[in-house]
Amino acid sequence: MSAETPAAGGLSEALWRRPGLLLLLLLTPPLLWLGIVYIGSLLALLAQSFFSIDEFSGLVQREFTLKTYRELLTTPSNLDILLRTVSMAAAVTVAAAIIAFPVAYFAARYAKGGWKALFYLGVMLPLWSSYLVKVYAWKLILAKEGILNWAVEGIGLGWLLQAWLSLPILGGNSLSVSYTGTFLVFLYVWLPFMILPMQAALERVPGSLLEASADLGAAPAATFRHVILPLALPGVVAGSIFTFSLTLGDYIIPQIVGSSRLFIGQAVYAHQGTAGNIPLAAAFTVVPVVIMVIYLWLAKRAGAFNAL
Amino acid sequence: MKPAITFSAVSKRFGEAVAVDGVDLVIGEGEFFAMLGPSGSGKTTCLRLIAGFEQPTTGHIEIFGETAEGTPPWRRAVNTVFQDYALFPHLSVLDNVAYGLMIRGMAKRERHAKAEEALALVRLAGFGGRRPAQLSGGQRQRVALARALVGEPKALLLDEPLGALDLKLREEMQEELTALQRQLGLTFVFVTHDQGEALSMADRVAVFSEGRVMQVGAPEELWRRPASPFVARFVGGSNVLEPDAAELLAGRRAFASLRPEAVRIGAEGRPARVTGASFLGGQVRLTLDVEGLRIVALLPSSGPVPAVGDAVRADWSAGDLHLMEGGE
Repeated sequence: MSAETPAAGGLSEALWRRPGLLLLLLLTPPLLWLGIVYIGSLLALLAQSFFSIDEFSGLVQREFTLKTYRELLTTPSNLDILLRTVSMAAAVTVAAAIIAFPVAYFAARYAKGGWKALFYLGVMLPLWSSYLVKVYAWKLILAKEGILNWAVEGIGLGWLLQAWLSLPILGGNSLSVSYTGTFLVFLYVWLPFMILPMQAALERVPGSLLEASADLGAAPAATFRHVILPLALPGVVAGSIFTFSLTLGDYIIPQIVGSSRLFIGQAVYAHQGTAGNIPLAAAFTVVPVVIMVIYLWLAKRAGAFNAL
Repeated sequence: MKPAITFSAVSKRFGEAVAVDGVDLVIGEGEFFAMLGPSGSGKTTCLRLIAGFEQPTTGHIEIFGETAEGTPPWRRAVNTVFQDYALFPHLSVLDNVAYGLMIRGMAKRERHAKAEEALALVRLAGFGGRRPAQLSGGQRQRVALARALVGEPKALLLDEPLGALDLKLREEMQEELTALQRQLGLTFVFVTHDQGEALSMADRVAVFSEGRVMQVGAPEELWRRPASPFVARFVGGSNVLEPDAAELLAGRRAFASLRPEAVRIGAEGRPARVTGASFLGGQVRLTLDVEGLRIVALLPSSGPVPAVGDAVRADWSAGDLHLMEGGE
């Protein structure tokens, strides 16, 4: 190159001649971030879970042992925490999928122009306000003197709510201190994370596929089962990864709404904080990771990603 | 001719827009019937009315003697080959073809055997294990055809099925489709905007414009005896003479059409000037100014061809000047 070439032009041309260099420059910062900060800390976490804590000194012993996992999986109270959290996450995910489907289907198939804008606004709007504000708002809504109780009484269904609240496990003194309340708040807070990927998956299903299915003799129910559902499955799986893992990891909602029994997130918080038992806290957090890996493997085997 | 599909005064409106405007049609059993027209002329809507994806706003459609209105697509004895093929991306080629049979509840072994047969019919034997994404455009087209045929429909509807293929493949498929239709003796309803395709493949052609049927007839009839200036221009690329000019040349006041290949250049006839020439391979397309009229002529490129600007004489037989009943 001649010396007259301006510096900026020189840089552009140098990058143009070596597209690989540009890619490297663009990818290095995110790769460093993901690789070291994220994957690195995850591996550190995994390593921690194989250490143990000395019961007398309260110090972490940096030696490989399965003692912490034994403690996690044999102590009844710890097992309860795992079971409670996983059941809640599963229930929230299934309910979110059922509620999200019609919304996502409508948005993908029928909503045009203004309706589509309204859909996005409606789904995203709750994400713009603070998570804590929403959770406290729900605590008030679900309280004994709250609007939900008042409304249910108002339409003469107070007996139904009382009957529900008198159920073992699901019930409680009021909705705001029951598992049902925790479930409702989780469902509300994570629902957008289910709707959006589902809608994106359904959006990619061309209308002609549904017509082809009908043309070949399939009534709408059969078309739903054989065409829409399989093609929406990647979206359902993506959405359920969000709702499931977000519920597994959350430690704020069960602390504010629900019975005071611990969820995984709260257990992690307690063990790494006041108790100082980092290995046990790490072992607790490994559980959701393992569950998600198994879930993805099952989804892949079920053919959820065949249409991708 | 036994009627397979009958349209009686069928109209279809989408809000304010009229897509199909009072169409009457009879499609015969075992016929290769083409619906030809420019985009937005209502031909695809007519096909969708037969398939059942749309319901007519007014009028009556009969499919093999049964009233079509109110019958959903999944209960109609017709199958469609879609323009974009509409193959199910999550199913293998074999399962795509067997889809209709699976819906009917046919056992797996039996429906797969039938699907294999259908794939062999479209010369795709052995492709059953692949996914649609692994096939070329032409192969997908054949899979769509096999899928529509395997359920033994009473009529096959084809919506611009060759539109996305390149020229050579398209010509091959044209031949294959006509051969297949003869072999099966099945009613084919074929929608296209390509007049060459319609003329070469169909037994009869309906020419659509702005939601109406302008003319129905055998290809040769449309070619030689267009009923209106639109058909003359769209189907044959004919010269259309205004009533004034026709009166001068033929002595009757009506629109007239003149086939470009019927125009002779020689020592006799009317004085003309060559204003343009384009080489089309076997033929040369000349634009002539004949006493103020713009006339297009097609001459064999093997013979003598005048140059642009030459003064020549243009002639044609009186019988080649076809007077049309229809107005503009």
